[in-house]
Amino acid sequence: MAMQAVEIERLIKAALPDAEVEIKDLAGDGDHYSANVVSAAFRGKSRVQQHQIVYAALKGQMGGALHALALQTSVPAVS
Amino acid sequence: MASIQDALKQEVASNDVVLFMKGTPQMPMCGFSSQVVQILDYLEVDYKGVNVLADEEIRNGVKEFSNWPTIPQLYVKGEFVGGCDIVREMFQSGELATHFGEQGIKHHAPAQS
Repeated sequence: MAMQAVEIERLIKAALPDAEVEIKDLAGDGDHYSANVVSAAFRGKSRVQQHQIVYAALKGQMGGALHALALQTSVPAVS
Repeated sequence: MASIQDALKQEVASNDVVLFMKGTPQMPMCGFSSQVVQILDYLEVDYKGVNVLADEEIRNGVKEFSNWPTIPQLYVKGEFVGGCDIVREMFQSGELATHFGEQGIKHHAPAQS
């Protein structure tokens, strides 16, 4: 059972409405993705906390249907 | 019998650096675990490798313990530092060597470019 990139993006945006999400399929098997997530919700949070926010958004899929997600998180540049 | 959570707390409290991984430092069984092993070996850090594939209870228990869904998981002085992505990011930025220094963990400090 694998996940589609659009599904990953939908789940993340449902939890982080302001997020900019860029997903790359690393292996074409629906199991190995990289995701770059930019959201103001990460401001002031450690890397671990930022990644935990994204994992929570994926509602338990991470480590199950989704074997590998190379995650990059950042806050929006202050304009 | 102490719960798995107590056993994990004891493990990370009694070892300065603990890496919960798939396989062993000598024979990692997963690319992500292998990347962290290579980083720790490059920094010449002494650490304890715990093979989660050898014990399903540890494999699931550690995910609950840290609220982190994947393996590997690196702990320094009892504190969860991160999985493969974060450890690699910290290593590339020099933050990992700095963190070890701050925690009084003997390591090889790579020359700053």
